[in-house]
Amino acid sequence: MRRDEYHFEGFASRLVRRRAKDRLFKWAALLATSVGFVALAVLLVGVLRAGLPWLTADFLDNFPSRTPAKAGFKAAFWGSLWVVGLTTLICVPIGVAGAVYLEEYSGKKGFHKLLELLIANLAGVPSILYGMLGLIVFVRMFNIPAEDASFLGVQLPFGRSVLAGACTLSLLVLPVLIMVTREALRAVPESLRLAAFGLGATRWQCVRHHVLPAASPGILTGVVLALSRALGETAPLVVMGALTYVAFTPESVFDPFTAMPIQIFNWASRPQADFQSVAAAGIIVLLAVLLGMNALVILLRNRAEKSRIR
Amino acid sequence: MSEHLHRDLQQVRRDVLAMGGLAEEALDLARSAYTNRDESAARSLKQLDRKIDRMQLDIDDHILKLLALHQPVAGDLRFVMAAMKIVNDLERIGDLAAAISFRLVHIVNSPPLGEKVRIDEMMLRVAAMLRNALNSFVEGDAALAREVIRTDDEIDDMNREHLTTLIERMKRDPDAVDTAVAQISISRGVERIADLATNIAEDVVFVVEAQDIRHPSLSAKAGEESNP
Amino acid sequence: MSTLTKARSIPTKVPSPPRAVLEVRGLDVHYGETTAVRDVTLEVPENQVLAIIGPSGCGKSTLLRCFNRMNDFVPGCRVEGEVLLDGVDIHRSSLDAVELRQRVGMVFQRPNPFPKSIRANITWAPRMAGFRGDLHELVERTLREAALWDEVRDKLNESALSLSGGQQQRLCIARSLAMSPEVLLMDEPCSALDPIATGRIEELIRELREHYTVAIVTHNLQQAGRIADRTAFMYQGVLVEVGETADLFTHPREKKTEDYITGRFG
Repeated sequence: MRRDEYHFEGFASRLVRRRAKDRLFKWAALLATSVGFVALAVLLVGVLRAGLPWLTADFLDNFPSRTPAKAGFKAAFWGSLWVVGLTTLICVPIGVAGAVYLEEYSGKKGFHKLLELLIANLAGVPSILYGMLGLIVFVRMFNIPAEDASFLGVQLPFGRSVLAGACTLSLLVLPVLIMVTREALRAVPESLRLAAFGLGATRWQCVRHHVLPAASPGILTGVVLALSRALGETAPLVVMGALTYVAFTPESVFDPFTAMPIQIFNWASRPQADFQSVAAAGIIVLLAVLLGMNALVILLRNRAEKSRIR
Repeated sequence: MSEHLHRDLQQVRRDVLAMGGLAEEALDLARSAYTNRDESAARSLKQLDRKIDRMQLDIDDHILKLLALHQPVAGDLRFVMAAMKIVNDLERIGDLAAAISFRLVHIVNSPPLGEKVRIDEMMLRVAAMLRNALNSFVEGDAALAREVIRTDDEIDDMNREHLTTLIERMKRDPDAVDTAVAQISISRGVERIADLATNIAEDVVFVVEAQDIRHPSLSAKAGEESNP
Repeated sequence: MSTLTKARSIPTKVPSPPRAVLEVRGLDVHYGETTAVRDVTLEVPENQVLAIIGPSGCGKSTLLRCFNRMNDFVPGCRVEGEVLLDGVDIHRSSLDAVELRQRVGMVFQRPNPFPKSIRANITWAPRMAGFRGDLHELVERTLREAALWDEVRDKLNESALSLSGGQQQRLCIARSLAMSPEVLLMDEPCSALDPIATGRIEELIRELREHYTVAIVTHNLQQAGRIADRTAFMYQGVLVEVGETADLFTHPREKKTEDYITGRFG
């Protein structure tokens, strides 16, 4: 008995319609994807056109100035590097350790569930609030310590320094880092842990030798995500007091600083048309740094995967 | 998959019973032929015996396939093993019944010996033994099977009695030798059918109780161990 | 390593009762509200293979995991009753769970080698535990015991994941043997493998009996028949019957057992 005689009447004609719908959907999805892509491309092209001519060696070497021609990115560039570098040093160990604790050590008790909920919510808090938090807690330290007190050689309060900025950004970035790291840890199959435990390993040995290495590509991705965000944040740094007109690069973590997004914002809000182009040049540098970070992480991931085989 | 196994097992059971029915029929034919001194029964018995032989081949083939495909265990396995043995025993019963009819030609044309030769009665009892053995197989009735086994002694006694009587008779009357020898042969044939019925009963006990009760004189039974 | 008793090649009846390396008495295991294992008392005799069979969900894997306290990792799992290793209660005594798992090894259903080299798979756990002997010798010895040496001797530094399923499982067995356990627990170790790989591992298990004690959970009755000296049948958390495998398979005492192994359910 042939198929369309029995139950499938009109199979052939329906098939044509089904194929047409299939194609339609495919093109609609492609269109939706390209909208974002095209917008990004337009933006990039615009920025490159405006900024490239202004991207000179001087630009990178100079400090900001009143005149566009002499404006330079040096302070912002190094300021960002200092702050984001310190942020990395602070938030990566805390974030990874926190995620490891929540994922590997905690039971499913109420307290830990509450912790999970809080962290997820913190990830959505507007960044400017972190700025205010940083101002009160790190910059002024609740106004408790005297203006130039110190503790174990560390100046208190932190004041408007790289250290305070890094702490603020760490807080901002920590929830996301913890969540992404937890996802990476969760993606490690349970069978791997069971194998390690079955051989008589302690939990720490299991995590250190098996779970973390297996999760490291995911964790690195999380770190890049976190740091990219830190690199691009303007509002919290402005609120906690990064300077906007800075003619020096930081030399210690206690020095004041500025950051790339702040500088860009500063130039973009100037009336002179040329400053817009200078801002565009700044954006290009920022983008280049971001790309560089991503490339570095990809390199590290590849290295990690290869070395796991040994 | 076990559905398939159980259907096959049921088929084997039915076939064994059918074959048992044929064996009973053969024994019955032999008995009435003996009682009525009817030597023409020999031919029908021969045909019946061939039917029985054919069934043996068929059932053995089925059992072989069943073992290969299903690898039965426990009760199913014991059942299949018992079925194989019972089929063999039934086939020999068919042969023996036919052989009895062949002897009749020596008896038919001679005057009855008149001695206390109770072969008729013996055959009746053995027919009952066979019937009970087959019933115990159908019902899974180990008690009935054990009764069959007990009855075998009576049959052995009867056979010995016949032997003594007939040998006496032969010593006294050389003309009676043909008939007497035939009677001895028939008596022994019936006694062997009784043994085979006993075997069937022992196989039934094995299936139902998982005990191998053959050769009780041998003390430590192989493979038997009190389970911890 | 446990003391050696004479090697046996066919499962036959044992002349005198062997020592029970592992024992459970009155064991109950609960997952929250459900009871997975109910009042089980069972011995695992030395240098024998004990198979635990039963339909899905009967508690056999849960029971197996009690022997090396892997149930500790299952949230909400409560264990009551006694579990004894060499007569020592593994829950109540000062025996550390980590040390326990070094003495009672486990092989899982799906092969789970570490994503490292073959050599590293075997040496990792001993090194963690402070092994001071010759690592090369350890690697070769355990791979030989697991009947894998000839196939991998030239590629010890390659990733364990490049091996076939059957080879990976043998590697997992070698990995467990590297800790010189007294007992090897195996949870349906062949269920993810093809018949040929399964056959090789079954042969391996038969040989392991000489130096180790094996408890294996399997849903494959014929496998139990092939490799086990003793078999325990579990149903709905209860130990229905345990005995010599040949006896269980020719004349089980319990009707439930008979029904299960003849395929009338499960």
